[in-house]
Amino acid sequence: MARGEETKTKKKKSLPKNTCKTLARYPPLPIPPAADLIRVLSLGIRALAAMDSGGGAEGELTAQETALYDRQIRVWGVDAQKRLSKAHVLVCGMNGTTTEFCKNIVLAGVGSLSLMDDHMVTEDDLNANFLIPPDESIYGGRSLAEVCCESLKDFNPMVRVSVEKGDPSLIDGEFLDKFDIIVVSGASLKTKLFINENCRKRSKRIAFYAIDCKDSCGEIFVDLQKHSYVQKKPGGESEPQELTYPSLQEAISVSWNNLPRRTAKLYFAMRVLENYELSEGRSPGETTLSDIPAVLARRKDMCDNMSLSESQIPTALIERLVAAGKKEHPPVCAILGGILGQEVIKSISCKGDPIKNFFYFDAADGKGVIEDIPPPPPSVN
Amino acid sequence: MAAAASSEEAVKAAKVLMVGAGGIGCELLKTLALSGFSDVHIIDLDTIEVSNLNRQFLFRQSHVGQSKAKVARDAVLKFRPNINITPYHANVKDSTFNVEFFKQFSVVLNGLDNLDARRHVNRLCLAAEVPLVESGTTGFLGQVTVHVKGKTECYECQPKPVPKSYPVCTITSTPSKFVHCIVWAKDLLFAKLFGDRNQDNDLNVHSKDDSSSKTDVFERNVDEDLSHYAQRIYDHVFGYNIETALANEETWKNRRRPNPIYVRDALPEDAVQQNGCSQDHKNEEQEPSAMVSLGLRNPQEIWSLADNSRVFLEAFKLFFEKREKEIGNLIFDKDDQLAVEFVTAAANIRASSFGIPLHSLFEAKGVAGNIVHAVATTNAIIAGLIVIEAIKVLKGDYQNYRMSYCLEHPATARKMLLMPVEPFEPNKSCYVCSETPLVLEVNTKTTKLREVIDKVIKSKLGMNLPLVMVGATLVFEDGEGLEPDEAENYALNLDKVLAELPAPVVNDTKLTVEDFQQELKCSINIKQRDEFDKEKEPDGMVLAGWTGPVDKQITSNGDKRLVPSSSSADDVDSTAEDASVKPGMKRKLNEILESQENFDVQNKSDVGSSSAQIVEDDDDDIVMFNEDPMQGKKKRLQ
Repeated sequence: MARGEETKTKKKKSLPKNTCKTLARYPPLPIPPAADLIRVLSLGIRALAAMDSGGGAEGELTAQETALYDRQIRVWGVDAQKRLSKAHVLVCGMNGTTTEFCKNIVLAGVGSLSLMDDHMVTEDDLNANFLIPPDESIYGGRSLAEVCCESLKDFNPMVRVSVEKGDPSLIDGEFLDKFDIIVVSGASLKTKLFINENCRKRSKRIAFYAIDCKDSCGEIFVDLQKHSYVQKKPGGESEPQELTYPSLQEAISVSWNNLPRRTAKLYFAMRVLENYELSEGRSPGETTLSDIPAVLARRKDMCDNMSLSESQIPTALIERLVAAGKKEHPPVCAILGGILGQEVIKSISCKGDPIKNFFYFDAADGKGVIEDIPPPPPSVN
Repeated sequence: MAAAASSEEAVKAAKVLMVGAGGIGCELLKTLALSGFSDVHIIDLDTIEVSNLNRQFLFRQSHVGQSKAKVARDAVLKFRPNINITPYHANVKDSTFNVEFFKQFSVVLNGLDNLDARRHVNRLCLAAEVPLVESGTTGFLGQVTVHVKGKTECYECQPKPVPKSYPVCTITSTPSKFVHCIVWAKDLLFAKLFGDRNQDNDLNVHSKDDSSSKTDVFERNVDEDLSHYAQRIYDHVFGYNIETALANEETWKNRRRPNPIYVRDALPEDAVQQNGCSQDHKNEEQEPSAMVSLGLRNPQEIWSLADNSRVFLEAFKLFFEKREKEIGNLIFDKDDQLAVEFVTAAANIRASSFGIPLHSLFEAKGVAGNIVHAVATTNAIIAGLIVIEAIKVLKGDYQNYRMSYCLEHPATARKMLLMPVEPFEPNKSCYVCSETPLVLEVNTKTTKLREVIDKVIKSKLGMNLPLVMVGATLVFEDGEGLEPDEAENYALNLDKVLAELPAPVVNDTKLTVEDFQQELKCSINIKQRDEFDKEKEPDGMVLAGWTGPVDKQITSNGDKRLVPSSSSADDVDSTAEDASVKPGMKRKLNEILESQENFDVQNKSDVGSSSAQIVEDDDDDIVMFNEDPMQGKKKRLQ
C-alpha cells in the first residue's frame, strides 16, 4: 500500500480557527429531493435483495424483513419482531373490527393468521369491511373467512393467511394448541366462555381476546392467564413483571357492589345486554329498539341483585347499545382493531404493560379506558 | 350518537381535503370511505417506499416508486367504487392550492410529516375559514387536534418546535454522543466529499505540509490511485485532524483526549491491500454496496473498528467507481444504501477515536435519517379519532370538539389509553391568527435585509414568498412575475444593511411582512440592539412575541441542564433528540395530568422522561410528551 507521508509525521499545528467561535448549526435532516427517490428506492431494493441472496443465519431476520419492518423494529426491537414471526393467531368471526385487527397484525408480520367464519357473505357484511369487494360475483356464495383471507394475503407476502372451517362454538382440545392467540368476535357469551375455558385447560398458554363493536361503543376482554413480561422503566431500564388474569367467567361474575364506583359504565351496560341476549336466546346484536323496555327491566333486576344504583348504567347508553344491533361505526372499528393489534403484539413480544383485563371506548366522549375487573372473592363454603 | 341521521347527512354532503397519504393518510382514507364520505380530495407529494409497506396498507411492493395519492385512491376504490376520490401528486405548498382552492372544502384533515407543511396548511385554513383537523403519531403515541377559526386555538397558537441543532465545536472538535459523530459524518464529511464542494464546510481542509493554506486536501490529486486517495482522506480526517485538535491542550483539560486513528492502525496491511481490489465480479446491475462487497450481512450487527474501516474505504471507492456522475451533487439520503454505509462507518470510526460506543448500521441509519418509529396500529387509531372529530366539525357540534391523545401507557388513575381533552381558545397574541405585532431586536447597522428574511421571515415565521414593506415602501418581494428592474432592485436591497435601505429600518421602525399565498400578514416592530451573545443568540437577532420558550431551547443547546433527557441520547430513540418539541402540547398534557385525581407518579415520569420529545420525520409524525415543567394553571378538563 501507498502510505502517504502524512501518516508518519506528528508535527503539530495550531487548531483550525473555527472551534467554538461561531455557532453554526447543523439541522438534522435535509429532506431528500423527491425526484431522486424513485431511483434510489428501486436501486435500494435490489441491493437489499442481493444482500439477502446469501441467506441469513437461522433465526436472524432476512434483509427483506429488515427493510420492510424497519420502522416498527425501531419501536419494538428485533427480538419482538422475531417472536412475532413465529406466532400463530386464530380469529373467530369476521367483521369490521376483526378486519382492522387482522390488517394490523398481518402488516406487523405475525407468523400465521387463520380465519374462522363460515357465514356466507351478505350485503350487510360490506358496511365496515374493506376486505370484501362490493361485487356479488366475487363474494356470492363464499364464506366471510374465504373472501377476507383472499384480500389479506395480499397485504404481506411474508405472512401465511388461511381459512379454518368450522364452528367456533365447538373448538377445543388439540386444535387450540395450534395457536398462541385466539380472538373471538360477534360470538355469544356461551361461545366465548366455552373457548376461554378450553384455552385455559391446555398446558400450552393460549392468550384469549374477545372484541366487540356496538356502533359507537366497543369492548375488549383480555385473558393472558399468567403473563410474564418486561416493563419499560422511565430511565430506559427494564423490569420483569408477572400478571395473573381472571377467566372471562370470573371477570363477569364479580358482584357489582364490589367494584369501584368509577368503573366504566360500559362494563355494566355490556353485562346487562349480554345477560339479556343469553336468556332470550338471541344471537349477539340481534336486538332492536323494541327490546329496550325489556333490557331496561333487566338492568333493574341486575342492579337490585348486586346493589348498584341504576343511575350507574344510563338509560341513554343502554338505548344506544340496543339500537346498535350489529352495526359497527368504522372509526370505532379502527380504534378497537388498533388497540387489540397493539395488545396482541405486546403479548407475543412479552414487552410492555398489557391491558388487564377490559378496554372500553365510546365515541360519544372519546375516552379509551382500561378496567381491571377482579375475580369474585373466594367463596367461604 | 354516531348513528344519528344528521351525522350521515353531514358526511354525505361533505367535501373533504386530506393532506398526506402516508401512514395516517392510508388509514384515514380507508376509514373515511367506510364511514360514508363520498367526495375526498387528497394531496401528497411522495412516492411509495419499501419501508412504508409495513403500515401504509393500501400500497404493495409493486407500487414502489408510484404516487401515494394516486395508488391510495385506486386501492380504496376497490372496496368503495362509487365514491369520488381526487388525487394530487403535488406539494401542498404549490400555488395552485391557494385560499380559493381551500374554500371549496367543508373540512381539511392533515396527515402530514413536517412542520413546514403543517404551518402552511394552518394558514390557508385560517384564511379560507375552513376547519382543520390536525394529527401526528410516533411509535405508540399520537394526537388529534381540532382547529376552527375563532373557536379553538390555531395550530400555531403555541410556539412550534424548531429542529434541534448542535454547536459547531461539538461537531468538529468535541463530540460526546454518537449523534454528534453522525452529524459530522453526514453534514461535514459526506457533504464535503460527495456534495457541493463550494458550500461552506467546517472541516479542516488543510494538510500539515500545506503551508500556503490554499489547496484543499479533499481534492483528488491528478492521477491519484483511488485506494491511495481513500486512505489519504481516512488518515487526514481520523488521524491528522485529531492530532491537530489534540495540540490545543485547553480543549482537553476537562475532557477525555481522543485517539488519532490511521489506516495502518485500524487494518493490517494485507487487509488493506485485499480491500483494494474492488469486487468487479459482482453483478453490475446491483446498487453498489460496501456491505455486499465485504460480505457483511446483518445491519443489526455492530462492526469492529476494522470492519468499519473496511466499509469506509470500500464505500468511498464505490462512490468514485460506480457513482462518479453524482459526486458533487449528492445529498445524504437515508434510503441511499451506500451513503448510509459510508456515514455509519465514518461515524463509528470517529466514535472510536472519542471513546463513544459504536452502533449498528440499522441504528446509525435511524439517527442519520431522523427516522420516526411508526406502526400501523397507532395510525389506525389516530385515523379513527380524526374521523370522529371530522364528523363533529361537519355537524358544527363545537361544544364536543376534543383534542385526543393516544398514549402508550395509561397516564391517569382512570387508566386512559385514549385521552380526550377540551380544546383551548385561540391565543390572543398569536401572530398567525391574531394581529399582535412581533418585536425584533436587531443591530440595524450591521444586519442585512437578507438575514432578516432568511432567518426570521422564512425560517421562523414560515413564509414562503414574503413581501416586506417599511411604511408604504416595498423593499422586498419574492416570487414570479416581477419586472426585471424590480427584481434587480430587490436583489440589491437584500445585501443592504437595514439602516441603509431606501426606506431605512432603525429603532422603532415598523415592518409589515406578508405572504399572499398564505394570506398571512404581520407587523414587526424593530428594536435596535448593538450587541448579541454569539453562543446564545447566534442569529444576531432575537424575535419576541412568538417563540419565547422555543428560542430559549435552541440557544441553550450547549447547556446540558436545559436539554431534557439527554441521557438516552445514544440509543436509537435519540432521533427524538434531533427533533422538535411542542411546548404547547406538553403544556396541555401536563395540565391534564396534573388535574387528574390520584395521578400516579410513576406513569407521569414515564410519560415524561422515557420518550421526552417530539420528532419530525419522513413519514408519519409525531408527538412525544416531555416532562418539561411548563405549568399553565388552566384546568379545563371537565
